[in-house]
Amino acid sequence: MPKKIGVYICHCGSNIAGTVDVEAVAEFAKGLGGVTLAKDYKFMCSDPGQDMLKEDIRSSGLDGVVIAACSPLMHELTFRKAALEAGLNPFLVQIANIREQCSWVTEDRALATQKAKALVAGAVARALSHEPLEMRRVEVQPSALIVGGGIAGIQAALDLADAGVQVYMVEREPTIGGHMAMFDKTFPTLDCSACILTPKMTAVGSHPNIQLMAYSEVEEVSGYIGNFRVKVRRKAAYVDHDKCTGCGLCMEKCPYKVDSEFDQGLSKRRAIYVPFPQAVPNKPVIDRDACAYFKKGKCRVCEKVCEPGAIDFEQQDSIEEIETGAIIVSTGFQAMDMTAMPQLGYGKHAEVYSALEFERLNNAAGPTLGKIVTKDGREPTSVAILHCTGSRDENYHRYCSRVCCMYALKYAHLIKEKIPEAAVYQFYIDMRCFGKGYEEFYQRLQEEGVRFIRGKAAQVWSGKEYRAIATDDTGLEVDDAQLVVQAEDTLLGKLVRVPVDMIVLTPAFEARDDAEQVGKAFLLNRGADGFFLEQHPKLAPVSTTNDGVFIAGGCQGPKDIPDTVAQGSAAASKALSLITRREIEIEANTAYIDEELCSGCKNCLDICPYNAIDFDDEKNRAVLNEALCKACGTCAATCPSGAIRARHFADDQIFAEIEGVMSI
Amino acid sequence: MSFEPKIVGFLCNWCSYTGADLAGTSRMKYLPNVRVVRIMCSGRLDPTFVMKAFSQGADAVLVAGCHPGDCHYQNGNMKTLRRIPLLRRTLAQLGIEPERLRLEWVSASEGERYQSVVNEFVEQVRKLGPLNLELDPSVERAAG
Repeated sequence: MPKKIGVYICHCGSNIAGTVDVEAVAEFAKGLGGVTLAKDYKFMCSDPGQDMLKEDIRSSGLDGVVIAACSPLMHELTFRKAALEAGLNPFLVQIANIREQCSWVTEDRALATQKAKALVAGAVARALSHEPLEMRRVEVQPSALIVGGGIAGIQAALDLADAGVQVYMVEREPTIGGHMAMFDKTFPTLDCSACILTPKMTAVGSHPNIQLMAYSEVEEVSGYIGNFRVKVRRKAAYVDHDKCTGCGLCMEKCPYKVDSEFDQGLSKRRAIYVPFPQAVPNKPVIDRDACAYFKKGKCRVCEKVCEPGAIDFEQQDSIEEIETGAIIVSTGFQAMDMTAMPQLGYGKHAEVYSALEFERLNNAAGPTLGKIVTKDGREPTSVAILHCTGSRDENYHRYCSRVCCMYALKYAHLIKEKIPEAAVYQFYIDMRCFGKGYEEFYQRLQEEGVRFIRGKAAQVWSGKEYRAIATDDTGLEVDDAQLVVQAEDTLLGKLVRVPVDMIVLTPAFEARDDAEQVGKAFLLNRGADGFFLEQHPKLAPVSTTNDGVFIAGGCQGPKDIPDTVAQGSAAASKALSLITRREIEIEANTAYIDEELCSGCKNCLDICPYNAIDFDDEKNRAVLNEALCKACGTCAATCPSGAIRARHFADDQIFAEIEGVMSI
Repeated sequence: MSFEPKIVGFLCNWCSYTGADLAGTSRMKYLPNVRVVRIMCSGRLDPTFVMKAFSQGADAVLVAGCHPGDCHYQNGNMKTLRRIPLLRRTLAQLGIEPERLRLEWVSASEGERYQSVVNEFVEQVRKLGPLNLELDPSVERAAG
């Protein structure tokens, strides 16, 4: 039976009709094969416009509709819905974009009309080859997985768990807390980081709706929005955490010490350890690489002193499988390794510190119990803080790390508080104090007598090095224990050399070394800077192109704690709005493999970015997993046998459209 | 009358088609010679689409997709990037100037770029003149 197509040319007021002769286009459409009726109308998207469409579908028995109007990205859904309400399969609707891509971009009325006719002819030809498709509905698992237990993940977990969602939190380290747990004070309010963070950590650990999987890593992710399946590797702690009471005797008695990661190597921890006293969970793990028993087969002191008998040297990694409806990736950032900038002397001169080292030095629970002292125990009389080390720098990272100006001010305040007579120098390019209360904090620091030198530090010398190269025309006297910072003061327009006792660097915020690997596991794109890419920089800041997977915090880009927490909550709310729908509609225009035509060449297997195509070895045929297919159609373009049909964008449909647009 | 080429444009849904829409929303005027066929991903571009367009009388074909790294489907655009040189070589063997097939990256925010790509390409094809697909009668073609 020949198809009956209805064609509607929208005036869109004068937006289309002002440039395109809509009556002429409607008249032209009437002459096209398969067209039963063609009309032009003032506003097709208006209620009367849609009612007319529905009425025609019913009364004329249309089995295809072409709407020549604005972009399909604008109103395709509107007209699909109207068709459905009139009993027509929504995939039998075709839009001809005669506004954004015709009337608005063409000056000449005759040319615009001609182009509109061609686009309508293409749409009609395509509509004739359309086939009805069914949207598939799938259930959504009422749970969420959060990967990374820093403050972003913690916030998201608590928001979701409080809403009654089952939350799984996977954290690679033995404790949650992330970078924020290492900080001393937070800018600009100077509230103690641990005081505001640890209650939230404890809440995660004890929440009935949160299953915390610390010392664990995501191994494999499969499935799709609403129905992800995730394999989690639970790393062997060699301590049975069900038996362990957290008394800490094992850590006290363990005879082997290594550098503490948490204290940035400024203190030692034991081979059996919890990273810091407020860790959640507060149960120790044994570091195989440091443990004498694992290295030499002797010791087992911890086992001897453990009364509940929790030590288990035979423990193995185990794999746990989770089913989850939504995933939030909050894997954080890393601070740039400052040895990459040898001119700054990090790793060479003892008194050049990274920001995290200085955080620990400042921290009342840190290696010096909060005393700012040099490694040989002197109180510094002068400290230089060097901004933008690795950020806003063509040679390292072009982007701004966004938090350094503010924590550099915080450091200056803390130094002044603890050593009022110390001279503090800030070597900066620009002060970026954009947040709430930030500019005020900057002004406060100016009043506290901190010296601001507008110039990026170019070089750091030890006293000895300096004396060897100095030509002595500056009259600068430098002793062996001192360091010299050189910069160009761009306000004075001259070179300055400042001797100090201690230097703090502000390493660039970086995407983690394994961001590529993590991105691949969760099918996340990354920007040129290596951070995970949001779906839209403004309007979808925590969504990603992988439906059902959201991002939050430092893994998306450099940001401070307030922004990180806001993103954690935002990601939780996006996950919640997905989970509470319980059922969602997914792509109807997936690919389809014709078994008869498939030659078993396997070309499509590698080309599919979603691993949606498997191979049936017995039949020697490719098999499509529709649930995983996102309908890009790349496989269809690759298949040499023409066995793969990209539904709704099938070869015959595209061919028909090409014939149509070229027919005039 | 001067020669006005007909060009078929295959635009990916997420970047280039949206970029073309943006040119419209911003009322940027450009030459009307390109007739757009929307595909979900530039990776969907089956070489036969290009052949079909030429066989239907197109003087040129424009393919536009997301910039490398920005593909909505991860890397479909890179697959197209690899197909195009091969396709160009085939076109040359058929007597079609390879310049008649153009691949461009146009992001959703590059309305202006779409405008200039279209204008430039139309100008270029105007200079090339109409596509002449008449086959050389001296070449014997295999039956079938």
